[in-house]
Amino acid sequence: MTEPLLKVENLRQHFKISRNFTVKAVNGVSFEIYPGETYGLVGESGSGKTTIGRSIIRLYDPTDGEIIFNRDKISGELSDKIRRRLRKNMQMIFQDPMSSLNPRKKIGDIIGEGLDIHKLYSSQKERGEIIGEILKKVGLSPAHAERYPQQFSGGQRQRVGIARALVMNPKLIIADECISALDVSIQAQVVNLMKDIQSETKCAYLFIAHDLSMVKYISDRIGVLHKGYLVETGTTQEIFTNPAHPYTQSLLSAVPQPNPAVEKKRQLISYDASKIDYEKCTMRQISDSHFVLESGEN
Amino acid sequence: MEKILSVKNLDITFRTNAGNIHAIRGVDFELPTGKTVALVGESGSGKSVTMKAVVGLLDSNAIINSGEIFYNDVDLLTLTKKDLRRTINGQEIAMVFQDPMTSLDPTMTIGEQIMEGMFLHKKISKSEARQKAIELLKLVGIMEAEKRMKNYPHQLSGGMRQRVVIAIALSCEPKILICDEPTTALDVTIQARILDLINEIQRQMGLSVIYITHDLGVVAKVADFVNVMYAGKVIERGTVEEIFYDPRHPYTWGLLSAMPDLETDDERLYSIPGSPPNLLHEPKGDAFAARNKFAMKIDEKAEPPMFKISETHYAATWLLHPDAPKIELPAELKSRLERARKAAHYDGTTA
Repeated sequence: MTEPLLKVENLRQHFKISRNFTVKAVNGVSFEIYPGETYGLVGESGSGKTTIGRSIIRLYDPTDGEIIFNRDKISGELSDKIRRRLRKNMQMIFQDPMSSLNPRKKIGDIIGEGLDIHKLYSSQKERGEIIGEILKKVGLSPAHAERYPQQFSGGQRQRVGIARALVMNPKLIIADECISALDVSIQAQVVNLMKDIQSETKCAYLFIAHDLSMVKYISDRIGVLHKGYLVETGTTQEIFTNPAHPYTQSLLSAVPQPNPAVEKKRQLISYDASKIDYEKCTMRQISDSHFVLESGEN
Repeated sequence: MEKILSVKNLDITFRTNAGNIHAIRGVDFELPTGKTVALVGESGSGKSVTMKAVVGLLDSNAIINSGEIFYNDVDLLTLTKKDLRRTINGQEIAMVFQDPMTSLDPTMTIGEQIMEGMFLHKKISKSEARQKAIELLKLVGIMEAEKRMKNYPHQLSGGMRQRVVIAIALSCEPKILICDEPTTALDVTIQARILDLINEIQRQMGLSVIYITHDLGVVAKVADFVNVMYAGKVIERGTVEEIFYDPRHPYTWGLLSAMPDLETDDERLYSIPGSPPNLLHEPKGDAFAARNKFAMKIDEKAEPPMFKISETHYAATWLLHPDAPKIELPAELKSRLERARKAAHYDGTTA
């Protein structure tokens, strides 16, 4: 097997709120992402999926654990050289296209900011060409570079968000709930666009979402999070046809399906984690790619 | 079938600084007694505005140009806001709002909030109201109801708060429950439970329910009848089976396939290009024409009427005109619909 592009080992992310209260958002999560694949992270709100994305791209300083990206160790202190490499090769698409674009900047400058910092062009003309090219790729027109974010609809803004990530030609894009704020008919457009871009540029995605049907559609492998623990990970096929963890099973039983006959007969599987101490559990291997968190006793 | 609520030819304009926005352009729909009807559409399609007109909660810049809203035999649009509030809202028609984080008063205990409506609408003693509030909390599945009465909203989780909102809506025994995106702010596992709860209460109390949602998974689960809205109009209506297994409007196709089912594989999702029209500029012809791959010349000139497909199934697209060319469904959609029909043993005849 090829070398993983991103390797997360035992990641912990705790937030100290006050002297005697710490939020343990992420607890010992390990997974890998291979070049060109899409890894989906799912879980309920508060399960730590967004935190993981933000720890990996170093918007947070991880409390503990190791993150290897593109052979660089990117956890702990970052040297300037590695920081620059990380910022160029890993990009993020944010959830809310309404609040993630600076309203006082033109689209061209929003997209070009990374190019400016990393000096990725030799002349202003080339800069304009790169930006025009990327705008075309995401389905906008080069003329849009002169406009401001408020002149665009939500779907178009998310395209700008994708263009901003893409222009750096990254190896990994972290997409944090990047379609959940969009209208349904626009979601399909954006997902199709993300798939097209992946087949063209071979970039990898960390796709963070709570919408399981979309995650299944776009991901090659999936990790299921619960209360900051990775309770199960495997290929999409394995997770959906053979879910091993009771939490995964309950999550799958709740996926709404656009089919009335199926939907009206559906039985929910409930899951109560209050008696389970995940800290005492260990990962059990089911197949080469399929792992589940289980308590040692059974 | 008896209809408890019927909206006829509703037409609403909003006056804004930017100009007049023609948000509702002739909406008709009906709610049969004891059934569940879903209004489906994207943001800006007019689904929430329609329901706000029913409960008299339209903003002051809204002008109702025409239309009738019959609740039993009363035209709600002829009532004053005061009468509406005194006689209809709460006790006949109650509403569950989208975001349980903002629709509760943070300074009142949940017990007080549930009893508030009862004191307003009914002659009821404090101890009776309290007793009833506790029963309601039990009905919506809140444990230790008596203790919870004294809690404030911030002490409850999102799912619990939405249960409280439902309890408030039910406090005066309404006949119609309007749920405006009741589960959008909740996690999937909790969403399914809340929908089951509403379903159960509907059966127990014989309620008629209207869902406003963009989530077709929710629609599939709860609805008997579906109205698909686009740009201030109902563009397709039918039973839930007709809409999901035999949709006729290209917009409904796009909506359906934007939500992959669990068998959708590597094929691309069928998507509608572009985005919904800005109703500040009244669309000419069919409002959907610009995004419609199958648009014909007539789409740019004239708005399609509702074509009848069956007793219950109507769609507003020129594709259904007898002179329209027969079109081939997009392949991804075709296989999708076949899968759905097969899973449901749907044979094309209306059940």
